[in-house]
Amino acid sequence: MHEYPITKRIIEISEEFAKKNNADDIKQINLVVGDYSGYVASSIELYFDLIAEDSICKNAVLNIERVEPKLKCSDCGKLFKRKPFSFACPYCQGEGRPTEIGQEFYIKSIEV
Amino acid sequence: MSENNEIEVMQSVYDKNDEVAKQINEALTAKGIFAINVMGAPGAGKTSTLIKIIERLDGTTPYVIEGDIEADIDTKTLLALGVKTIQINTNGACHLDSPLIGEAVESLNIKDGILFIENIGNLVCPAEFQIGEHVKMLISTVTEGSDKPYKYPLAFEKANIIIINKCDLLPYVDFDEEYFMKGVRALNKTAPVFKISSKTGEGVQDVVSWIKQNLK
Repeated sequence: MHEYPITKRIIEISEEFAKKNNADDIKQINLVVGDYSGYVASSIELYFDLIAEDSICKNAVLNIERVEPKLKCSDCGKLFKRKPFSFACPYCQGEGRPTEIGQEFYIKSIEV
Repeated sequence: MSENNEIEVMQSVYDKNDEVAKQINEALTAKGIFAINVMGAPGAGKTSTLIKIIERLDGTTPYVIEGDIEADIDTKTLLALGVKTIQINTNGACHLDSPLIGEAVESLNIKDGILFIENIGNLVCPAEFQIGEHVKMLISTVTEGSDKPYKYPLAFEKANIIIINKCDLLPYVDFDEEYFMKGVRALNKTAPVFKISSKTGEGVQDVVSWIKQNLK
């Protein structure tokens, strides 16, 4: 459900940047979505087609780059993907801490 | 190479929400209001915990914004107790966001006190949105199980204070406190964790003391 307003915002931001660059047709929107951001890429795609219909994004392809969350080991400093029900580092068994990797949710660029 | 002309954007989709949240936070601070974003699963006892806290505030004025998808049951309960409360119904949305809070704060007309913002019962989305709060309070329960930090890490990571509620039921449920705390501490080194019962009131005074210490 919460993908609907956020998809509207994606279109708004894209339009703002297109206008600033005197473009009247957006061909591609490159979005970066971390798996930890809580947004479901397929839902954004579904709403995108509906909302973009009456905008300069109507022909745009939404390209979503997903980012897998990574933890950083407090002991050896390596980044790793956590296993379910554990925060242990697979290299040294130390304890992983959350990082920003996987929480991304931003528009990287638009193609016009 | 794409034949399209690529324009760099690099803009967070949360930008508008976060900007409004910052304005709300500054406005509340200026009014002497300390705002607590209360998060937790449906049935975790968010409202009953708030009532027990409010009963013990002793001289500090409480205000509540009640977030719900469609009901106003909790608001009626709080109003009956004489607590200045306003209802926000999201009509389906799974979390509160800052534009909704901005409107509610204006209509509440508040000054000097503590504003509790009870978020939608949900362990996922409420953790993702700033709503102008000073701290996030997460209420987890022994009946939900000890695996919650592992299953809903963001809520535990973002919390400034964590409450384990329904501790009066500990003899009857399989709650592995050590496993729970291991998960909490992997995600969050600093948030204090308080064990309480919102039914009996046990442990609530410690939460109130923490809140009072953190009042700006």
